[in-house]
Amino acid sequence: MSAATTVNGTGRNGRRGRKEPSPWTSRAVVHAMLGIAALYSVLPLVWLVTSSTKSLGEFSTTSAFEFADWNLPANLRALFSEADGVFLAWTRNSVLYAGVGAVLGALICTACGYAVAKLEFPGRRTLFAVTLTGVLVPTTALALPLYLMASELRLVDTFWAVFLPLLTNPFGVYLARVYAEAAVPDEALEAARIDGSGELRTFFRVALPMMRPGFVTIILFQFVQIWNNFFLPLVMLTDPRLFPLSLGLYQWSTRVSQFPQYNPLVITGSLLAVFPIIVAFLVLQRQWRSGLTAGSVK
Amino acid sequence: MSRSLPGARSGGRAVLDGGPSGRTSRLGGAAVLLCAPFALLLLGTVLAPVTYALYLSLFTERLSGLGFSGPSSVFVAFGNYADVVTDPDFLHGVGNVALYAVIQVPLMLGGALVVALLIDSAVARLKQVWLLAVFLPYAVPGVIAGLIWGYLYSPGIGPISSIAPIDPLGANGILPSVVNIATWQWMGYNMIIFYTALQTVPRELLEAARVDGAGPIRTALSVKLPSIRPTLFVGLVFTIIGALQLFTEPLVLRSFTGAVTSTWTPSLYVYDSAFVAGDYGRAAAASVLLGLVSAVLSAVVMRISARRSR
Repeated sequence: MSAATTVNGTGRNGRRGRKEPSPWTSRAVVHAMLGIAALYSVLPLVWLVTSSTKSLGEFSTTSAFEFADWNLPANLRALFSEADGVFLAWTRNSVLYAGVGAVLGALICTACGYAVAKLEFPGRRTLFAVTLTGVLVPTTALALPLYLMASELRLVDTFWAVFLPLLTNPFGVYLARVYAEAAVPDEALEAARIDGSGELRTFFRVALPMMRPGFVTIILFQFVQIWNNFFLPLVMLTDPRLFPLSLGLYQWSTRVSQFPQYNPLVITGSLLAVFPIIVAFLVLQRQWRSGLTAGSVK
Repeated sequence: MSRSLPGARSGGRAVLDGGPSGRTSRLGGAAVLLCAPFALLLLGTVLAPVTYALYLSLFTERLSGLGFSGPSSVFVAFGNYADVVTDPDFLHGVGNVALYAVIQVPLMLGGALVVALLIDSAVARLKQVWLLAVFLPYAVPGVIAGLIWGYLYSPGIGPISSIAPIDPLGANGILPSVVNIATWQWMGYNMIIFYTALQTVPRELLEAARVDGAGPIRTALSVKLPSIRPTLFVGLVFTIIGALQLFTEPLVLRSFTGAVTSTWTPSLYVYDSAFVAGDYGRAAAASVLLGLVSAVLSAVVMRISARRSR
């Protein structure tokens, strides 16, 4: 903060150069443009908050960004009681798919990225090359063959059909390799080996703690990736009790043109689905920001 | 499949630079244990499906004889591919996505870059507030982003249809509307990546530019942008891959408008062919084409990026 103030100070007082500064870089214009970008980004979310307080009739009688009569409790009650509380099941499923999936997936990626960066073994180069190819394969192109494979293994419409494929995160391996190279010095590994620590123990006790910001970053971004994934559950699942939030809300939204009473449910449900991720990003800000920095240094 | 992709080979070379030296193969056992879970996942959920899609794309289901014995698989070589690339619905979807990409990719990345440069500029205050505000939409899942904007576009509920020059849910407005949703979702994410890279530009370099009399815009164009070029290229690759896969947002908008057909993008075409029409061969061929085009495009961009940064 103090550094920023100093820079600002010289900008304001120390205009000794003869060149007239461009009006586009004046403080007012810069902040006006930033304000527009921030409004564009935040206003739709403000709409989501104000709309979740409205009853069905108030959508057309009130303007988009104003609060109406406080109808949020009634909307929440309707949301959680709809179809025997299926919304709660969707929330639980999303937490399982994304929460457990992200932690487990990130651990698997980090172990592999660490090994590729720090250990010598046959096939290391091939594995990394194939992993990079995996980054390029679009997930929508994989969904159909995955569905057919799952149907042969009788896994369609089960938890595992969605959970297992989403664990795979080739880009996480790439990031983990970068983090391991930047954050784990060879001397630390050497010292652990001299102390008689086995390789697995060295990874969990020495390397993983050193890679912690990177590890948290991989978890967080894989969490969002799984939380956001829609195509795979759409293809794999038919039992509403197994749906994640995004698929469930989508299914409700397909009914709104016939049954407008789903509108408040869709809107209030969307607010609840977005809320925890925003909180996670704000709370873990320091961690993922430093993780991104480490990733981009390379 | 994987060996024929140029991206894989250039990636393989990158490993040579930063590898450990003089480590003996006695560590092989532990390394295999550390890598095995990911290697198995990669094999089971990426390589096997890719191979399976290639295989499927060469066959079609036909009713044999009078149809009493059920459908049987018939080898048709590239017949499915020929069907797909001559199908007007598929070509229409390709056209939509191409037009979408030509507008959305530069718009979103340009916006992200401008905001990152503005926050990075010396006069900007409250940097953390702007960063987080613009980043927030990244936390919104694609389905929910589609729903929010779908409502905002709807006449009577959202304000946009009354101020926009064209109906955002009409035949002419739907493409800009989808572009807007994707730009809203991804601008902040790319902005944070670009901003993070800008933070690593050496201060001496910026100081030298200032001493030489370069203004803020000149410094941004001739010093900052070249320094973060590799990051910009990575952002470009991921944005192009994302654009080709366009699926969720148009599908969600189908609840709000009839302007999005069931084959509006190639990904929707795959979904429609497989799960509505039940033609797995055709759907697999379209999947393979989609994957191939996206892999080749990304490899080309990466090749250009590698050549530039040399």
